[in-house]
Amino acid sequence: MIEVLAPGPYATVQDLGRPGHAHLGVPRSGAADVPSLRLANRLVGNAEGLAGIELTFGGARLLFLRGAWVALAGAPLPGAGMGAPFWVPAGGELRLGAPEWGLRTYVAVRGGIAVEPVLGSRSTDSLSGLGPEPLRAGALLPVGPAAGEITADLAPLPGPRPAVLRVLPGPRDDWFVPEALAELCARPYTVTQDSNRVGVRLHGPVLERAKDGELPSEGMVTGAVQVPPSGQPIVFLADHPPTGGYPVIGVVRGADLPVAAQLRPGDEVRFTVRRGR
Amino acid sequence: MIRPAGEHGLLVETGSLELSHRLDAALRADRPEGVVEIVPGPETVLVVAPGADRGRLRARLEEVARRERGRAAAGAGAEQPLVTIPVVYDGADLGSVAALAGISAGEVVSRHTGRELVVGWLGFAPGFAYLTGLDPVLVTPRLDTPRTSVPAGSVAVAGPYSAVYPAASPGGWRLIGRTTLRVWDVAGDPPSLFRPGTRVRFEAA
Repeated sequence: MIEVLAPGPYATVQDLGRPGHAHLGVPRSGAADVPSLRLANRLVGNAEGLAGIELTFGGARLLFLRGAWVALAGAPLPGAGMGAPFWVPAGGELRLGAPEWGLRTYVAVRGGIAVEPVLGSRSTDSLSGLGPEPLRAGALLPVGPAAGEITADLAPLPGPRPAVLRVLPGPRDDWFVPEALAELCARPYTVTQDSNRVGVRLHGPVLERAKDGELPSEGMVTGAVQVPPSGQPIVFLADHPPTGGYPVIGVVRGADLPVAAQLRPGDEVRFTVRRGR
Repeated sequence: MIRPAGEHGLLVETGSLELSHRLDAALRADRPEGVVEIVPGPETVLVVAPGADRGRLRARLEEVARRERGRAAAGAGAEQPLVTIPVVYDGADLGSVAALAGISAGEVVSRHTGRELVVGWLGFAPGFAYLTGLDPVLVTPRLDTPRTSVPAGSVAVAGPYSAVYPAASPGGWRLIGRTTLRVWDVAGDPPSLFRPGTRVRFEAA
């Protein structure tokens, strides 16, 4: 059992989410930076999809009522032993600071966070409210039984990657003026304060529409660059709505989603367009 | 036409809700390898398949869409389940819907129960189904000021749609009644009584 003494600015339990229910109005949810959660789990010998804690801007204090192996991955916290498993004894407190770069840090515990699953996942879905509440001071988190061996004792953590998101055009690039894709890539955008697990909201060059009117609501994918009437794009992250009515000019490549998930308010980000199928 | 939606998604344009439902049902009955999500919308079906062979999937979707288009043109009936929902028609907005429609509250009830509706798609919240086929006389605008909380089971109308609130949530639809039937239960399998294409009949309880 782990007692949350302080969650930091925002912290949730996350695993790999609830795929397969989008047609019922259920967002996928799950870790915003999936490779970091997987890595943290591997380091403590867990199956990669077990639930861990997703910290936003670090800052958490966790009290371990029983000893446990712990690993951290994602946005690096100073002095916290990133990328290598470490033992926290019973009664030990993990005090985590603010990340040097990036936004989201993953705390994996050997055995996984074992809160009750909802629709097959322990993830907090900030959009629909499914899954456990965001962590609060005083929350108690059960830890599951350990299975498997700890085989890695150190993993090279990716350093800060350039804030460049590669985009595949479509499905609705034809709803914009022909120059809009070039405009998207011409100058950097700034990440705004109202960004969250639903999406990274951006401020920068306005993407002008060629068509008026409303697009009938259609299915949305993670990484979709959706453009509301303001012309300011939003990059959809894990808790994005399964359907939406604003046109999507392009979709960020899966390999770049972790970069998007680590963007902080105030960061600059560029897009590049890869023409393809 | 099939549009790309990122590396793993293909958006099939169906042009009609009916074809979206047929394609959705056909793909669920015989799911192509690697398909994780099938999301029908009013004029599209999104298919998400990480790791699938994209060229092969595209060809398969084209073939199924062509076949279902042909079946629709031939008037072949699509098999869809029917759900009957008992409703107590005492909603807070029953009077305003009646006034806007220029009919009595009793006629609102008879028009709401008088037709079979069809789940168009789900969205807004888990289990929230947009029910299409509402009697045009009952088409009314949303409330100017949404309620901060609408109880689960509220039966409502807004624009050309009707809905049953699957859980308590804020909402701007006009409430005409309530049902004790649970349309959404996270412990259920499936969790939703509705899926795209489900036929729905309301019944005064």
